[in-house]
Amino acid sequence: MIQVVDVYKSFGQLQVLKGVNFQVAPREVVCVIGPSGSGKSTLLRCINQLEKTNSGQVYIDGEELTHPKTDINKIRQQVGMVFQLFNLFPHKTVLENITMAPIKIKGIAKTDADKIAMELLKKVGLTDKAHVFPGKLSGGQKQRVAIARALAMQPKVMLFDEPTSALDPEMVGEVLAVMKNLALEGMTMVVVTHEMGFAREVGDRVVFMDEGIIVEEGSPQDIFDNPQNPRTQAFLSKVL
Amino acid sequence: MPWVEVFGMGILDNIISQNGYQVVLRNLGYFLGGAGYTIFITALSLAIGMVLGLFAGLGKLSANKIIYMLSTAYIDFFRGTPLFVQIFLLYFGILPVLYDNDPVSSAIIVLGLNSGAYIGEIVRAGIQAVDNGQMEAARSLGMNQRQAMTYVILPQAFKIVIPPMINEFIALLKDSSLVSAITVPELMHRGDLVFANTYEATWVFGAIAVIYFVITKTISVIGDNVERRLATD
Repeated sequence: MIQVVDVYKSFGQLQVLKGVNFQVAPREVVCVIGPSGSGKSTLLRCINQLEKTNSGQVYIDGEELTHPKTDINKIRQQVGMVFQLFNLFPHKTVLENITMAPIKIKGIAKTDADKIAMELLKKVGLTDKAHVFPGKLSGGQKQRVAIARALAMQPKVMLFDEPTSALDPEMVGEVLAVMKNLALEGMTMVVVTHEMGFAREVGDRVVFMDEGIIVEEGSPQDIFDNPQNPRTQAFLSKVL
Repeated sequence: MPWVEVFGMGILDNIISQNGYQVVLRNLGYFLGGAGYTIFITALSLAIGMVLGLFAGLGKLSANKIIYMLSTAYIDFFRGTPLFVQIFLLYFGILPVLYDNDPVSSAIIVLGLNSGAYIGEIVRAGIQAVDNGQMEAARSLGMNQRQAMTYVILPQAFKIVIPPMINEFIALLKDSSLVSAITVPELMHRGDLVFANTYEATWVFGAIAVIYFVITKTISVIGDNVERRLATD
């Protein structure tokens, strides 16, 4: 479903990705872990080309995103993204946040879009907040709306960029629960996270990154219980 | 001149009077007609300025070097030279080459060009004040650059720019008094004429100042209301 081939990315002098190869199968949930500055968020952002790669290719469903002739907007419609800082549209209500892209991009009728949005809000447990502005929501509620907004485009893949890192501890659970349900429904997901419990429980595969490369990957059991690489061992001993 | 038909109400009462307030009272209709011109000219210049300013502001953020340079040159010139000079340059110099120009239309063009430069900077600052994550979120949903600007960035920038925009409205309205120098029959010009006939400087210009103030205060009250209505949190 997703193929990342030999991707390099630098910000000025700083080389962030140094030849990353990475695949995600349909319905797979991949959790990317690693210390800050390891390049995991950058990798995620390269998958939908929010960051342009310096070299290497990214494919989604066989289409090469890194090809200059590819209509990137078309592909992004099938790749949902959830950000650490939610990035809800503050000038729109919760419902409008969710319906904006389907209406403006796909041309779906407002009544239909509203119906889809209400179903999604039910899914994330926020039907009562439909007509509220994001400024009135808690962090956990904001992130659940952000998930619903991404789902409204009916993506094939969902990318999560540290979705719980900006939340108060008591709100992490509600967001992870929504993500877990999504995984159970068979959504293909790539999750950059510091929630090791989630990675172990929900992830099909765990990828450990450090200093711009994938150091080790495998099943959650392999990575958490029997890490092979000393860098993985050192990282896990600090966070577990 | 067709404009006179629109705001021609009141005629100059040029009897020299002993009482300043009587001069003001007798010429009040004449002044208010001038205020009509002032508002009319300001409103049209503002409309022109907002269109120019939107393009100039977006142009200053453009990755296209030519568009960037054109926008920068436009803003630099109209912001970097005195409005009074621009009025004379265009009214006597450039516009007569282009068409058979009259004072009122010339005034609207110059004021529009001038305010467009300031509004351009306001627009640029407003767009840059919107968090970068907003653009990313819009693009990640599949919107192209233009859709993201139209539906996500500009509506938020609009809210941010209301206070500086109200400032600009008020400044423009007051600056429009400068076009009295090219005989536009607006408020200041009419005050000048009445003063020249009566020498009641304090009463006449005091009254003119009060009329300007009432208009600018009205604009700022309207602006406060718009701001309050658009507040979402």
